[in-house]
Amino acid sequence: MFNQLDQIFVTALHWLVSFVPEAWRPLASSLICIAFILSVFPAVFSVTTIFERKGIGRIQNRYGPNRVGIPFTKIRLAGFGQFIPDGVKMLTKEDIVPRAADKVVHFLAPVVMLIPVLLAYAVLPFGKNMTVTDYDAGLLFFFAVGGAVELSVFMAGWSSRNKYSLLGAMRAIAQMVSYEIPLILSAVTVVMVVGSLNLNDIIAHQNQYTFGIAHWFVFTPWGLVGFILFFIASLAESNRTPFDLPEAESEIIAGYFTEYSGFKFALFFLGEYLGMFAIIGLGITLFLGGWTSPVSFLTWIPSWIWFFTKLMAIVFVFIWIRATLPRLRMDQLMNFAWKFMLPLALINILVAGIWHYMAADWQRWLVCSAIIVGAYVVLGRGLMHNQKLGKRIYRYAE
Amino acid sequence: MSPFFVITGIVTLLGAVFAMSLRNLVHCALAMAVAFSGIAALYLQLDAQFVGFAEILVYVGAIAILIVFAILLTRSGEAPEKSVLTSGAWTSLILIPLLFGILAWAILHSSAVPRDLPPAPVATVKNVGDALMTKFVLPLEIIGLVLTAAMIGAVIIALKEENKNENPGRKS
Repeated sequence: MFNQLDQIFVTALHWLVSFVPEAWRPLASSLICIAFILSVFPAVFSVTTIFERKGIGRIQNRYGPNRVGIPFTKIRLAGFGQFIPDGVKMLTKEDIVPRAADKVVHFLAPVVMLIPVLLAYAVLPFGKNMTVTDYDAGLLFFFAVGGAVELSVFMAGWSSRNKYSLLGAMRAIAQMVSYEIPLILSAVTVVMVVGSLNLNDIIAHQNQYTFGIAHWFVFTPWGLVGFILFFIASLAESNRTPFDLPEAESEIIAGYFTEYSGFKFALFFLGEYLGMFAIIGLGITLFLGGWTSPVSFLTWIPSWIWFFTKLMAIVFVFIWIRATLPRLRMDQLMNFAWKFMLPLALINILVAGIWHYMAADWQRWLVCSAIIVGAYVVLGRGLMHNQKLGKRIYRYAE
Repeated sequence: MSPFFVITGIVTLLGAVFAMSLRNLVHCALAMAVAFSGIAALYLQLDAQFVGFAEILVYVGAIAILIVFAILLTRSGEAPEKSVLTSGAWTSLILIPLLFGILAWAILHSSAVPRDLPPAPVATVKNVGDALMTKFVLPLEIIGLVLTAAMIGAVIIALKEENKNENPGRKS
């Protein structure tokens, strides 16, 4: 019964495809998978926007949206219907293009943003047997298509002919290029230990249990550091606070999409959130065991429920961080990436190698943890050197 | 020829042609990114996953961005007044296919080219990695060293020069 529930989407796919003549089945199967991605993740996005507004509202001691429920009825749903009028408003607004803008590039930028983001979902395993294309080098595919997002950001910023847009695009590209390196290097540790770039192999390696606890990579010293590095870098890659310099409202209005309105703005908004979900999904797959359950007595819960639960849990942490932390300065951003995260990621690769070749007993825990803690302390001291942190003294306001 | 090959081929060629002929340099760089993506798609059709993904990762993700930034930082990005095509463009439109035809004919009829192709090797990412770490480890290390040297050189050139001759009241 639970096994059938686990495979319900796979069964549904096979059932739907069986109506199509034999020759068209591969095409029909991929079309249905595309429809699945195109319907599920925008739906998650629309719920997340409400979740985020209400969550930030609670943290900042206000209500957030609490009126709109199901349209044409009196059901309120505590404001969770807000995304419907928001979406309608967004899609029906006038599309304004600046007179000086480069029309073609300005039009293409949101499209170029959304395509690679959607492509990235092709290799993510959403559940057991639920990967759209099982590439041998799935991880490489994910990072490769992610590289095209930077180009779309540049296209948007440059074609708007607006200094704020261009500044935002410059900041965004500098940030993405800098944080892509720790992102990829932290993922490399997993590839080293598993010996495969295939995301399903990576999950299969984590789908074992000792004493009822799963072998997730986050439960090892290098995995914990890798996960934290990956988490911080994915915050930066998806332009979330405290790394939201590219679209800092109080400094450069909205960064590279200042000059976008209506549908195109909605596409940027959607692209940004879908990119965030994709990168969180990858982080879950690499370090948090993908669709596997953390303890062996909960394996009866369908795998896709585990995936989406973990996804929403991390999205919640993202929202929490957004409501809590202030924005970094540009020099702090760059120093943090190049002087702290990059060396720590390199040392973490070394630690993963040591972990792989040492005998599996308490000694490797000791050695690996000692190297990581030592590196963390030394690098942290180096980063804080000459920073003059302490109580702020106001010279004229005493 | 499969329809996918025809489509990606046309997209790649159009991207390349636009990269050569558009007036605005930024447009040229973007068209070149299209051509790179098309080439990556062609590699993927040949089952060369590693080369295809590396093409996108390196060329679209890094080199196109680098070119675009170089254009932005060195000139205003405005389009030139005149056409970028030289006056002899139409003559070369005839001459270049002719040259291509001659070369293709010569290569196809050459005795140096083996007639029957060897069986295609299985080029998985794992094989590529194994080859890079065993047979080609020296070239790999040398490339790494050269790139590091280039990067250090770039940083030294870009370093802000210290004010050696003190000249108060004037900013250097």
